[in-house]
Amino acid sequence: MKHTLVALMEDKPGVLNRVSSLFHRRNYNIESLTVGHSEVPGISRMTIVLEGEDRIVEQVVKQLSKLINVTHVLDVSDKPTVVRELALIKVRAASRTRSEIAELARIFRARIVDVGATSLTIEITGPEERVDSLVGLLRPFGIEEMARTGRVAMVRSGEDDGNNGKGYSSQTAMPQSVPLMAQEVPM
Amino acid sequence: MRLTGAQAVWESLVREGVETIFGVPGGAVLPLYHALADYPIHHVLVRHEQAAAHAADGYARATGKVGVCIATSGPGATNLVTGLATAYMDSSPVVAFTGQVPSPVIGTDAFQEVHVTGITLPITKHNYLVTHAQELPTVIKEAFYIARTGRPGPVLIDISKDAQIAEIEYAYPDEVHLPGYRLPQGDFSSQVQEAAQMLNEARRPVIIAGHGVILSGTEDQLVELAEKGHIPVVATLLGIGAMPDEHPLCLGMGGMHGQGHANMALAEADLVLSLGSRFDDRFTGPPHTFAPLARIIHVDVDPAEIGKNVPADLAVIGDLKDVLPALTPLVEARDRSAWLARIREWREESAQLDILAQETDDLIPQYVVRQIWHATQGNAIMVSDVGQNQMWEAQYYVHRRRRGLISSGGLGTMGFALPAAIGAQMGLRDEQVWVIAGDGGFQMTIQELATIAQEQIPLKIAILNNGYLGMVRQWQEFFFERRYSGSRLSGPDFAQVARAYGIPGLTIREKSEVVPAITQAVTSDGPMLLDFHIVPEENVYPMVAPGSAIYNMIRRPKTVQNGEEE
Ligand SMILES: Cc1ncc(C[n+]2csc(CCOP(=O)(O)OP(=O)(O)O)c2C)c(N)n1
Ligand SMILES: [Mg+2]
Repeated sequence: MKHTLVALMEDKPGVLNRVSSLFHRRNYNIESLTVGHSEVPGISRMTIVLEGEDRIVEQVVKQLSKLINVTHVLDVSDKPTVVRELALIKVRAASRTRSEIAELARIFRARIVDVGATSLTIEITGPEERVDSLVGLLRPFGIEEMARTGRVAMVRSGEDDGNNGKGYSSQTAMPQSVPLMAQEVPM
Repeated sequence: MRLTGAQAVWESLVREGVETIFGVPGGAVLPLYHALADYPIHHVLVRHEQAAAHAADGYARATGKVGVCIATSGPGATNLVTGLATAYMDSSPVVAFTGQVPSPVIGTDAFQEVHVTGITLPITKHNYLVTHAQELPTVIKEAFYIARTGRPGPVLIDISKDAQIAEIEYAYPDEVHLPGYRLPQGDFSSQVQEAAQMLNEARRPVIIAGHGVILSGTEDQLVELAEKGHIPVVATLLGIGAMPDEHPLCLGMGGMHGQGHANMALAEADLVLSLGSRFDDRFTGPPHTFAPLARIIHVDVDPAEIGKNVPADLAVIGDLKDVLPALTPLVEARDRSAWLARIREWREESAQLDILAQETDDLIPQYVVRQIWHATQGNAIMVSDVGQNQMWEAQYYVHRRRRGLISSGGLGTMGFALPAAIGAQMGLRDEQVWVIAGDGGFQMTIQELATIAQEQIPLKIAILNNGYLGMVRQWQEFFFERRYSGSRLSGPDFAQVARAYGIPGLTIREKSEVVPAITQAVTSDGPMLLDFHIVPEENVYPMVAPGSAIYNMIRRPKTVQNGEEE
């Protein structure tokens, strides 16, 4: 089954390397991985898509959580989520196919963001399946270049997911300084 | 207080209670070494940085405190790698310092530049590159905290040379701020209740004592639990010493070269309670064959260990320090005499197959180890290397004291014993520390004899010299048509080498010389090396073939007795 994980991590040099190195070392197969800023300054948000048995994915979550710079990890696969991907597709467009391509873009609510003499660049945002179908329809025209971001995901608000609507678990929500003694003697 | 980065490092170490460190200087750590002389920290100069890491590891395992090592940039740092990986696999609390080229030239392939934080990423619990001196106090505070808490492990701090030189206003923090590092805080009372109920219902329970028992210092609580419930205990290699081997409920080591009765107990158990073990494949065999009749309760401080190798029926995530005091009161005394009697039968079978039960004039390694046990009355700190020698030590020394066995379990690092023993002895000056090594592994870090001589470390060294990479040869004998490819090994006259380093050395070729030689070593104040020329093709029994269930053991063939083959 395909899983979507959301991870929050400190925005420090090398942290992305720690995460990707972990996937490689533990032999986990990652389908896509995107990173960017979150709503908290200094905290990046990563969305990871991977295919695997639940047991393996559980391991991924636990191993990720063990990284010192990773503050939260959540498997959102079975939660109602908004899922989006952005793609830029440069497609060959001769004068006679131009309008057909533009029509396809319109149907997909995609935008034409650049027009060249022999090509059009289309921007589409949506769930991967929608991006996939547009890509499939454009392929016969000749795709010259394509850049896809991979999935970003967010749990829908109002869902009883223990997430505070933040997409991650509330009990571990905000970074805070914990007095040494309290951490040394759990419980 | 104005301090340079270098002074800030040592000041912080003093505040962490560090007294001894192990290392080798070089260009990128010269500011650190320059400042060191002003601080009450004893630096042990080793002859290879691998030994610095092993010594820090051995120090940590012997004392329970964080071990510290230091190396220069580039080759110094890469030499640490094997030692860090060893410490990482065995969850040993080590903090390693490396020098880095000045920050303006990082990334330019400067002289002796290596990306050590990249190299050590998968073999450290965490690592840091520090290029600003003012970060040092916080980073060091965090590093020690991370190294010793939760599931311990090595942490590396790479410090650029300019950060060692720069001046800062020094203050050591009281707290760490690590939002992504959380120790188990969960409430496990319901799991503990369930665990107790499962234990109380079990007819044939077995406890696995892993390294976690020793790391958490819960040896006494383990014995209490076992005694209260009349539950036999099997140790992993690194769990040896968690319970005295002589205890009637202690079955000794299980696994690939485990005691026959220990493996049989696991095979027939209806409940396995694992305390701080990670179900290593050398212990379990193929996971689906492990303890096939048992429900499994897995107690670990690291949630990622649960279900990693062997699925658990019940997980308790927490420190044994907290879990055992909650669990034991709920465990009821049950009559397990039938189960214990069955185990006793297996134990008798083991005893009959024991080579020490047979008359022989050969110089066999099992005899050597057993005589060292006699001479030290089981009170020595044993540090074993890797291979057959390691298994004979585990099987024939009767471990009694806590932290009494130090060995490279997870990585199986040949060359570990001598430098790790240096660390152990530096941490426990008044104890007798013994090295048990093979002739192969000993040659991998033999240069540390010089460290022993320079520091006058009174280590006792026993080489079980069989002229082979013995464990490799044994596998070749059993599984590769006896073709001893690459496993025949020559070595120097070890006693003479020892003497060249200024250390007394003896060569023992006859069984009758064993006891006098050991007595001499035990009673001497200084270091001594004993080179035992043992039977070359002696094997370790029992042995579980790779891929087999651990109850399918290759047992010692009954030898020819009274002219009759049994
Ligand atoms: C650094 C390293 N290299 C290779 C091995 C593989 N290996 C495992 S046991 C062994 C033989 C050890 O020979 P020796 O030290 O003489 O001990 P013996 O088995 O003969 O007691 C070897 C080569 C290892 N464990 N570690
Ligand atoms: Mg050998």
